[in-house]
Amino acid sequence: MPAYLDHAATGPMRPEAVEAMLPFLTDRFANPSGAHRRARDARRAVDEAREELAALVGCEPGDVVFTSGGTESDNLAVFGLGTGDGAVVCSAVEHHAVLDPVESIEGRVVAVDRRGRVDVDDLRRVIADGPVRMVSIMAVNNETGLIQPLDEVASAVRAAAPDAVLHSDAVQAFCWTDVARMCAPVDSFSLSAHKFGGPKGVGALIVRSGVPLRAQLLGGGQERERRSGTQNVAGIVAMVVAARCTAAERDAEIARVGALRDHLLNGLLERIDGVVDTLGPDRSDRAAGIAHVCIPGVESEALLYLLEREDVSASAASSCASGALQSSHVLAAMGVDADLARGSLRLSLGHTTTASDTDDALVVVPAAVERLRNGGL
Amino acid sequence: MRVLAAMSGGVDSSVAAALVRDEGHEVVGVTMRLWGGPSDSGCCSVSDVDDARRVAQQLDIEHLVFNFSEDFDRQVVGPYVDDHVRGLTPNPCIECNRHLKFSRLLDRALALGFDAIATGHHARIERTATGPRLARAADRAKDQSYVLHMLDAACLERLLLPIGSMTKDEVRARATALGLRTATKPDSQDVCFITRTDGGRSTFLGDRIGLHPADVVDADGTRLGRIDAVELVTIGQRRGLGVGIDGRPRYAVEVDVPGRRIRVGDVGELDVDGERLGSVTWVDAAARAHALAADDLVGQTSAHGAVVPVASITAVDGGVDIDWARPTRRVAPGQSIVLYDGDLVLGGGIVTPR
Repeated sequence: MPAYLDHAATGPMRPEAVEAMLPFLTDRFANPSGAHRRARDARRAVDEAREELAALVGCEPGDVVFTSGGTESDNLAVFGLGTGDGAVVCSAVEHHAVLDPVESIEGRVVAVDRRGRVDVDDLRRVIADGPVRMVSIMAVNNETGLIQPLDEVASAVRAAAPDAVLHSDAVQAFCWTDVARMCAPVDSFSLSAHKFGGPKGVGALIVRSGVPLRAQLLGGGQERERRSGTQNVAGIVAMVVAARCTAAERDAEIARVGALRDHLLNGLLERIDGVVDTLGPDRSDRAAGIAHVCIPGVESEALLYLLEREDVSASAASSCASGALQSSHVLAAMGVDADLARGSLRLSLGHTTTASDTDDALVVVPAAVERLRNGGL
Repeated sequence: MRVLAAMSGGVDSSVAAALVRDEGHEVVGVTMRLWGGPSDSGCCSVSDVDDARRVAQQLDIEHLVFNFSEDFDRQVVGPYVDDHVRGLTPNPCIECNRHLKFSRLLDRALALGFDAIATGHHARIERTATGPRLARAADRAKDQSYVLHMLDAACLERLLLPIGSMTKDEVRARATALGLRTATKPDSQDVCFITRTDGGRSTFLGDRIGLHPADVVDADGTRLGRIDAVELVTIGQRRGLGVGIDGRPRYAVEVDVPGRRIRVGDVGELDVDGERLGSVTWVDAAARAHALAADDLVGQTSAHGAVVPVASITAVDGGVDIDWARPTRRVAPGQSIVLYDGDLVLGGGIVTPR
């Protein structure tokens, strides 16, 4: 049986979401900006979706800006909430969708501790270093699953830079935290549908009322002139259905998947000599769906191929444009030794993961490690 | 067999992968990401990886990307830069073959359970009574045995060179017949990590080691002129020295980087009776023994240069001395000389400074 353990990259769509999007790819195809009955039908679907998503994530319907996904939302936040002149701050473990835009305008980067938690003292120092219009701190790290202390971050930002806008990349958060509560202290956050059972190519940036946002895409003036472009009606509808299903099952899934994750992690720690639980023994601030380990004496690239041969799909760090694995900036920022980081492995679970997947991994991963440590013999 | 086919995104390796597949082997394609900096698409830029991936899709084989850029920096780019500080003229393609393609990649392939690797090099492997031997390609103009001379018998046992017996035209025709997007792609040229569009070698080295002006002097030490970058001068070089004043061509015969001095001389000063090689490799012990005993070998001193008859080869401390059968143009230290018995490679090494 194939074991798909790369849900943090993307996962299969929820069947309800697939079903919900089909009418908008066929009969109800109209452009919601149009001036006829069919258009109004599509417009209504988008408006209802907007309202439902707002209720699910704890914002007003008018705060929702539908986008093409997490990367667009993050870019829009950095360039649209900041001033575009470098007065932006983010953590060193942000996804590249935040980090690269911030670095492109010479923004400032905040250090993290050995578990990848934002160093709030350093955050205060960095804010004091110069003007700050916007701070971006992710909710859940995509590589390790660490949940950032957004309450603490928000207090620090409010005190040190009362005028700054606080944004959070919550792309990995939706399945594993109550986003409405998690993101309550921030002014803006990013969502991506395919991380919670929706389709790829659709997401949202939530921007609370009163927070000015400068549009990056100009044109037809959709999304209250904050993001021009014909709405991806089918995608938006499906995203919200996926969000609804995910939120309804969330507490139960956190318990179920968390138990599988613990079983998996404990099993790896038991069966692989020298393996390092990257976030250490504390599991109280970790997303239920992510197990991240570093395996000494093994290279991720080789390991992933052996896992693939046994039908276990997993990942390590992010890939560059060529598809090659890159060394992880997250692990580097955490101070993980470069040799150890070369053997990183992320196994990420989701709504379709079962005990058979984790049991497979517990057989296949230790065997592959053993093989590589023996030079393939 | 399970074969890992190295696919650079060029036509040769595309066809090599196709041929191995057509022989019925289980083939997985792999593209090595070697150089992380800018390139002229000469080797491993993103568009080349895209081409390799698309060809693999068309051939219906899996395609992987291995990131060996740290190894490439350490074992190819770093030494290339350092050699220029020492006044040597390195050949980074040879070091890439030595350390990356046929060492790092082969080790990885074996660790992953592959039986062999295949590449799109123009060279052949001949099975002889004494063991496998690397042989010149059918297409002499494209022969790459020179840059593969360090492959030993153990490596040759694990290597397939499927296009070695084809001409380049045949390779392209095959790619066209298969409908591969790489069929008409131009051959890669020059050093893959140096961009022609961005100032070439002088910018690349200048950014890393700084380039230094030097005096150009004659045998008596008389100063004849001055050049901008002593690090860029190669033994035997004539152009760019600014010393052709009396109409007599002068050649660099001594490059002293620390002393910031180039000595020039007449062409006759470039002829030598022999060379000393360090970092010598042999295909196997029998090849070495044969080379040290034979009097009918030839040496090749550049990738596509003519061969020179060898009178004898003597083992010395740290390498071998080659005696040419006739005075021969000096080879710049850092360059490799490859020893052939007819069409078969016996071994080779790197010319040491005098």
